[in-house]
Amino acid sequence: MYKFVYFREILRDTPLGDTVIASRVRFAGLAAFLLMSATACGAAPTTAAPTAGADGSAAGVDARTATSAADFGGLDKLVEAAKKEGKLHVIALPPDWANYGKIIEAFTAKYGIEIESETPDASSADEINAVKTRKGQDRAPDVLDIGQSFAISGAAEGLFAPYKVESWDKIPDNQKEPSGLWFNDYGGYISIGCDAKKIDKCPETYADLLKPEYKGKVALNGNPTKSGSAFAGVYAAALANGGSFDDIQPGLDFFKKLKETGNFNPVETTPATIEKGETQISIDWDYNNAAYAPKMAEKGIDWKTVIPDDGKYFQLYAQAINKDAPHPAAARLWQEFLYSAEGQNLYLGGFARPVLLPAMKADGTVDATAEANLPPVEGDPTFPTEAQVNKAKEVLADGWGAAVSG
Amino acid sequence: MTVPAVTAAAPRGGRPRSKNWVGALPLLVVTAVAFGIPALTLLVGAFTVKDPVTKVSSLGTANLSRSLQGAYLNALISSVQLSAVVAVAAAVAGTFLAQAVVTSRFTALREAVLTFSGVLANFGGVPLAFIWIATLGNSGVITTALGLGPGVLYNFWGLALVYMYFSVPLMVLVVTPALDGLRPQWREAAQNNGATTWQFWRYVGVPVLTPALLGGVVLLFGGAFAAYATAYAMVGSTVPLVTLQIAEALTGDVLIGYENVALALSLDMIVVALLVMAVYLPLQKRSSRWLR
Repeated sequence: MYKFVYFREILRDTPLGDTVIASRVRFAGLAAFLLMSATACGAAPTTAAPTAGADGSAAGVDARTATSAADFGGLDKLVEAAKKEGKLHVIALPPDWANYGKIIEAFTAKYGIEIESETPDASSADEINAVKTRKGQDRAPDVLDIGQSFAISGAAEGLFAPYKVESWDKIPDNQKEPSGLWFNDYGGYISIGCDAKKIDKCPETYADLLKPEYKGKVALNGNPTKSGSAFAGVYAAALANGGSFDDIQPGLDFFKKLKETGNFNPVETTPATIEKGETQISIDWDYNNAAYAPKMAEKGIDWKTVIPDDGKYFQLYAQAINKDAPHPAAARLWQEFLYSAEGQNLYLGGFARPVLLPAMKADGTVDATAEANLPPVEGDPTFPTEAQVNKAKEVLADGWGAAVSG
Repeated sequence: MTVPAVTAAAPRGGRPRSKNWVGALPLLVVTAVAFGIPALTLLVGAFTVKDPVTKVSSLGTANLSRSLQGAYLNALISSVQLSAVVAVAAAVAGTFLAQAVVTSRFTALREAVLTFSGVLANFGGVPLAFIWIATLGNSGVITTALGLGPGVLYNFWGLALVYMYFSVPLMVLVVTPALDGLRPQWREAAQNNGATTWQFWRYVGVPVLTPALLGGVVLLFGGAFAAYATAYAMVGSTVPLVTLQIAEALTGDVLIGYENVALALSLDMIVVALLVMAVYLPLQKRSSRWLR
């Protein structure tokens, strides 16, 4: 997934190499990067296969093929097997995204299993790459938290192991792959964040954003061709302007208009740009915007979050287990933890809407205080199909540059 | 670096040349492994077309032709324009700054500028973008103080300005040794023969410096051409750049299955770099000929 991004510097670090041509330095960097991937592939079969086998058969069951806690002989046995492995390797889980910092702490505190959290700011594409290039290594990610499209394409490529958590039946059918290759975990609505101290009247709808008083102030969390939340921001804009899940073009037209009126601010929103007052209005997931509020309050900024009525767009991320997970039992225990009431409530504590929220509201296990803190929204969400999303992305890839450049 | 060409004009004959390559062997091996193999992978990947439905790969030019159309072509052109503007402007500014420093009577100033250049030349990425956003962004310190409207920074010229921030210091570093190599005796000799300052620079100074200046321009071009994190954080797609397109295709949260287009774009970049070299090398050879 694409989180607050500070890495992006693989290729542009050192303008000065002791080489004649900087581009060569750069290509050498790229080359080295590619080579690393290549050697990673090559080294795969030899590195960790034996340990994985040993771990897997520790509890008498092969954890790598277990598709439920029952396959271990119950959750206790799964915990036992996971503890024997002692470690879980994760990537792309930023501590300030959907409460992952606390979730990781809570998991380690509960089971005594150390979590190696690597490259928290990595994207979904990076996660899929890591699964492929680190196959068989101890450093391969055990579990993935990825955009749903990446989950679907990864499942098609055969990268994931099927697994059904104990609360499987409570996950709505349209939020999971039937065999358990992936299952949605948490999500949010596209929202408009706004610095209420600097802006007299905060915008509440997409239509509001075009008002002249917001000149140079409306930003996205990145580029929609790269960042999931920005893509959702454009999709929501389409819904707000006569488009549909089948037609994202009105969203592009909206941002073109926003650019023409001078309201569009191309700066990528980060906590720093909010604090500085550069991105006074930011279109982002509601859990990001809502999570800014308490942090910004310490700095004297009143950060407000509204879910625009005219562009309601809800989307969830998905969990999957790496088929070649170096810690297969721990990976499965992690999923059980995330889909327990405790794990789901932790997401909720980070303003994200967990997939089991409706079920938990029904059976009363929901953390009511955390739920009350969510930005209010009316009605039930609707979801585009995968084909609709893919088409929208294609239109966006071709048209976004033309819409906002110049 | 190209720079020592001036000072390294010392005779190099003597030893038989035939065995020189042995010493370079480790370098060649490293280059072949660390550069050759990935370059080959890139080449093959750029020509590999994956059918989105059947997932079958075949060789073809679909990626390349796609990388030279529409948004991708715009990005490539915009990248070349930006890099060219930055390279030339920073080369000129850097050379004058370096000359001022070299001829200064204060050693401390010279040392300070050079050290500072060493730091700033390596400055880039998101922090650089943020510095400029905080200074000249829509709510930047200077923007507010001078009452400038929004959008001063977030366009082609704004980005060029930001790139100058690391390009000018780089030029200073590159050209200073060359300026040092301009011996005072040459100037005195020219003056003794009645040359004006203009004539000295026209017929002696600039010709001697040309290889270093050209090398500098190419270096700066490459630096600007390959940069992208600063641009991403600051202007997103409002200034389309080919590097940004590659990043989006390779490591994003949105596009799936564009990896080979990214490799094709990388190949385009290599071709552009080769074209620049193809122009630079003969020029460099010609201008440094009489130095030997």
